[in-house]
Amino acid sequence: MSKNKKLLTRIVISFALFAVAMIVFKLTPLRSYEAYAKSWRLDDYRFYAYSIPFLAAYIIVGYSVIYRAVRNIFNGRVFDENFLMTVATFGAIALCDFPEACGVMLFYQVGELFQNYAVGKSRKSIAALMDIRPDTACVIRDGEEVTVFPEEVEVGDVLLVRAGERIAVDGVVIEGAGSVDTSSLTGESAPREFVEGDALLAGCINLSGAIKMRATAAYVDSTVAKILDLVENSATKKAKTENFITRFAKYYTPVVVFSALFLAVIPSLITGAWAEWVARALNFLVVSCPCALVISIPLSFFGGIGSASKKGVLIKGGNYLELLAKQGTFVFDKTGTLTKGAFDVTGVYPQENSAEILRLAYIAENGSLHPIAQSITNYAPHVSTEGYEVKEVAGKGVCAVGNGEEILAGGPSLMRERGVEFKECASAGSAVYLALNGVFVGYITLEDSLKDSTQSAIKELKESGCRTVMLTGDNERAARSVADKLGIDEFSYGLLPQDKVAAVERLKENKKNDETICFVGDGINDAPVLTVADVGISMGNLGSDAAIEASDVVLMKDDLSAIVQTRKIATKTMRIARENIIIALGVKAAVLILSAFGITGMWCAVFADVGVAMLAILNSMRTLK
Amino acid sequence: MKKAYKMTDLCCANCATEIERNVAKIDGVNSCTVNFIAQKMLLDVSDTADFDAVMKKVLHEVKRVEPDCDLV
Repeated sequence: MSKNKKLLTRIVISFALFAVAMIVFKLTPLRSYEAYAKSWRLDDYRFYAYSIPFLAAYIIVGYSVIYRAVRNIFNGRVFDENFLMTVATFGAIALCDFPEACGVMLFYQVGELFQNYAVGKSRKSIAALMDIRPDTACVIRDGEEVTVFPEEVEVGDVLLVRAGERIAVDGVVIEGAGSVDTSSLTGESAPREFVEGDALLAGCINLSGAIKMRATAAYVDSTVAKILDLVENSATKKAKTENFITRFAKYYTPVVVFSALFLAVIPSLITGAWAEWVARALNFLVVSCPCALVISIPLSFFGGIGSASKKGVLIKGGNYLELLAKQGTFVFDKTGTLTKGAFDVTGVYPQENSAEILRLAYIAENGSLHPIAQSITNYAPHVSTEGYEVKEVAGKGVCAVGNGEEILAGGPSLMRERGVEFKECASAGSAVYLALNGVFVGYITLEDSLKDSTQSAIKELKESGCRTVMLTGDNERAARSVADKLGIDEFSYGLLPQDKVAAVERLKENKKNDETICFVGDGINDAPVLTVADVGISMGNLGSDAAIEASDVVLMKDDLSAIVQTRKIATKTMRIARENIIIALGVKAAVLILSAFGITGMWCAVFADVGVAMLAILNSMRTLK
Repeated sequence: MKKAYKMTDLCCANCATEIERNVAKIDGVNSCTVNFIAQKMLLDVSDTADFDAVMKKVLHEVKRVEPDCDLV
């Protein structure tokens, strides 16, 4: 029988006994005893008829609490809730208030039971959010299909993934094609197409027929294992609110217990009404447990992190949620973050002949890996490049020599350096100038287009009061064009990677106290900047270890709107965490004051303990929605 | 050396923080985090320390605070 069921059975039995005792006590001739029920009368048989049923019910429901309290004292722990409940109810018994002792213990255990259910339930729903762990893998060994745990798959094994199954480890498709559902990793609902030779990540669900794939990494190195690890371990980085609560809880209990002692002794010495003041002090003991706070705050943060991970956003700790909820400055890298990082040819401006300029451009750029060169190569018709030798002119362009031709392709500085007379292009974006044997033949303009989500994401960030800054290595014209289009507040251009670090450091120095500097980049060449910023956000690099390592928040989708969503989750989480602190402290403070004046009894005190804990837990669960 | 343990029957959030605080003070333990919600303990034990001896102390502390709790 599970722990909760056992407790439930005890509560039911005890409650039945309690109810019977109450009826007997109130409705039979025994009630005449009530008048002098406030003292121990061992010579009166009615005393036993009164006390024994209640005591029995008390012990049935509360023995475990008393047992734990005694055991904990021997272990050198006094101020735990078992001890406090035991002292409080023993106090009620000493004051001869058996129904109260029994009722309070019952109420406390009911509260504990509810609390267990609530915690168990929330644990399950958070676990369900992260239910992306593959359970088994089907491996083909010696021509036979063997079902194994994902951890047992070795690199090089051939896996069979049937339709609807979750891929167990990262691998490459060797047979079959179709589409996979990546939503558990990226939060993206549209399926992703794949063909033979494509890499697939563990955790994705195969939507098409059976495929075969070769494992390229062990399960522990797979993206899904890293994600789970990261989210489960996010508790290591605690938010300030969490630390505050832990520290608060450490002092709260002793302070309340000592004020209880004070309340029991001092007024009693003055007034002589010991029973009255001890009863009030006992209420203090019941309220003194900090559990409601201690459990609900981390639970709120964990819920927030869990619900972000469902949307394809990994957050490495509660502290980052806290930072993201504040007003902040969002610093964006331009290329690859705001823009697609892929250039489109927007125009060809020949002096004479456009076929000729494209031919020259193809010959010059075809060997290069530079994104601009690659776009041109894709755009221009393919021609023979035999007989040409291409040399890079560092940072300026390329020079191809052969077949009696010398082709220059590059920026304006290359043209100037070689003494070519040329017409400078006036439009925004990048331009590649071409010259043949020292004579200018024209230029090709290219532009890096914005990602679809960029415009709305920047707008929403600005509407929510955030400042936006753009950093780029590009020239002023390209930077200004993008910044104007998006309505970015500030931008710096012509920056080398180390300049970006300096720029973020400068922003950090000049920031207001409560401001957060977030840097958003692709996580590959801006890792140092990611680490410098208060919150480093990398995006669109599913499966890149370096990006996951360097950043504090990882957007698994290549989509800036996830930042807006994450900020919403962060704000909501913080609001709920704050609500919990206010509910818990407010109710406890109110009950402490009221019971000090003797207005509320022990029942209210128990509510302030377990009832509030449960309310706070239920409230925390709202972070998941 | 970093280790993660599943904690069984950890039933009080306040106890979880107490375990976390006290285990972190044990010699040879660099850091300790107890995640009550995930019921997990993440332990970072110094490489120079005698691992078994440290674990014995950790377990002792866990038992002291929460006698029903076990590390798996």
